[in-house]
Amino acid sequence: MDRGGSAQPLLLARDLRKHFPIAGGLLGRATRVVRAVDDLSLSVEKGETLGVVGESGCGKSTVARLLMRLIKPDRGTMVLDGDPVDQPHGITVNELRRQVQMVFQDSYASLNPRLTIVETLAFAPKAHGLPSAEARARSRDLLAKVGLDPVHFADRYPHELSGGQRQRVNIARALALRPRLVILDEAVSALDKSVEAQVLNMLADLKSEFGLTYVFISHDLNVVQYLSDRVMVMYLGKIVEIGPVDAIYSDPQHPYTRALLSARPSMDPRKRTREAPIQGDPPNPIDPPSGCRFRTRCPFAEGVCAKAEPLLTDTGAQEVACHMRIKGSGHTRAP
Amino acid sequence: MSNLLSVQDLHVTFVTPDRTVHAVNGVSFDVKRGETLGILGESGSGKSVTLRSILKLHPEHRTRWSGSIKLEGDEVLGMTGGALADLRGSRVSMIFQEPATAFDPVFTIGHQIAETIKRHTGKSESDAWKRARELLELVHIPSPAQRLKAYPHEMSGGMRQRAMIALALSCDPSLLLADEPTTALDATVQIQVLLLIRELQRELDLGVIFVTHDIGVAVEVSDRIGVMYAGKLVELGGVEQMVDAPRHPYTRGLLASTVHGGMRGQRLEAIPGAPPDLAEPPAACSFAPRCKYAEPKCLAAPPPLTAATEGHLVRCVGRIDTLAT
Repeated sequence: MDRGGSAQPLLLARDLRKHFPIAGGLLGRATRVVRAVDDLSLSVEKGETLGVVGESGCGKSTVARLLMRLIKPDRGTMVLDGDPVDQPHGITVNELRRQVQMVFQDSYASLNPRLTIVETLAFAPKAHGLPSAEARARSRDLLAKVGLDPVHFADRYPHELSGGQRQRVNIARALALRPRLVILDEAVSALDKSVEAQVLNMLADLKSEFGLTYVFISHDLNVVQYLSDRVMVMYLGKIVEIGPVDAIYSDPQHPYTRALLSARPSMDPRKRTREAPIQGDPPNPIDPPSGCRFRTRCPFAEGVCAKAEPLLTDTGAQEVACHMRIKGSGHTRAP
Repeated sequence: MSNLLSVQDLHVTFVTPDRTVHAVNGVSFDVKRGETLGILGESGSGKSVTLRSILKLHPEHRTRWSGSIKLEGDEVLGMTGGALADLRGSRVSMIFQEPATAFDPVFTIGHQIAETIKRHTGKSESDAWKRARELLELVHIPSPAQRLKAYPHEMSGGMRQRAMIALALSCDPSLLLADEPTTALDATVQIQVLLLIRELQRELDLGVIFVTHDIGVAVEVSDRIGVMYAGKLVELGGVEQMVDAPRHPYTRGLLASTVHGGMRGQRLEAIPGAPPDLAEPPAACSFAPRCKYAEPKCLAAPPPLTAATEGHLVRCVGRIDTLAT
């Protein structure tokens, strides 16, 4: 399946943009747009786990849906292991979706309540032409792989399972087409801690067994640190910082990344948080601030931050979109 | 310092024609003025049911209560009708996880706060609005005079949660119940609200019971932490005791399975299995089926809550003292 060699990124996205119009004007005409994802480029390397963090409205779930083409980007291109997606001489969206699968946060809403677990798991392989008996056999194997005994679970319905068990089924279903990339959109966020730990261990096992690549989207910075090789931090539809997990967590460069990391509750009662790192809520993505979108909450904002948009700039270990890190940007703290 | 609230051997059972759920099975604790008790537990542990029982918020016709909940000496479980309405809001009030559903969407924030003040204190319309404005200032809402005229949907999540705290404090309660009030908030907003609750608790000398599933949040706000499992407190102690030297195998499992920095690449010590079904009251230690230290005596009878050290209670008959920390 690997065609381009290990150095070629598994998935490349360039200048992805998605704006959602808001109906509201005369006769329901769109008057304003939510700028959910704005000209975002990223690559996912083979075999890595790319963590995506950010607060509500930052566009992380929209990115997930764009990467799977559950929604069509307004502009931008995607390349899967050398093959352009949805272009002449490239692969079709259906082929992309066979190789890229997704697990959602709500384990119950993700499953058809009228199908048994084995029917759910066999559905996609059958739709892709696998004979019914073979699809069911594969489904039972997959159930065992995610730690659910097929004898007990194959013929049950989703409502007969606990949240943790249902999420295991969703993961099994994502693997049913033998994908190369699995996008996990807050896949463990609704689980209790003790169950979350079981599922995280299982995700690590499945990754090495099937040679998977993960895009792991979460608001939980600790879980992202635990699982990811690289981390991408988003704010209002833009990447503000991206790089290896150790660089991001031990030496964050963007003021937003720093605030996000220090907003984590302390686990030491002697070192409680004394002051909130930033005030206010994330602004509405309908009318994002001009220039740097973080400037309205940034303690270091200056005139240049309102005028020009900072581009992602390589600072050595990681890339950062901040005028303080760009040579000659005009910011007094710039190098 | 005398106890503000004293809960003794609380049992809560929900009975419907289809099934019976023994949600809380003998919970006892005290809360003093000026103290924050964190109650930590996973879904179905009975933490929210315990909290809501303090206001008798469960539907009367299918809830069976036993035990005692005394607020400044008054038995809450015996209250009905007017007495209960007077208790709610003016002596004990509550903030919820989802402020968007706790507010009525068709009235302004100011209207809802002023209405509550008028109902409980008998203040005039203009005095009630004046007080509402002071309350918004108290919870650090910028430009409070304008915000009084805002509808709930016009506010951001963090602002709505601040407004709900203002509403909860409008009639000077002595006890504030918080049911996962920061779970739905973004990380940078959550810490602001936690700090606000801590600040108000100190300034107003409130007793606070803070229910959460997040250990980090519990550590940030609590003076003492109680851990619930299958409708019982399995461990209760000072926050430092609980973090430094947890005694109960479940508490330890919970701490070990909580991901934090520096665990990269390690395998997580997950607690195997799942919590028990609460259709029957527990006849033994509820955690024994998942416990790696379980012995025959764990299954013989429900273990009592005993003092491991001063002020540190543990419900475990295992080799507590020999378990390596």
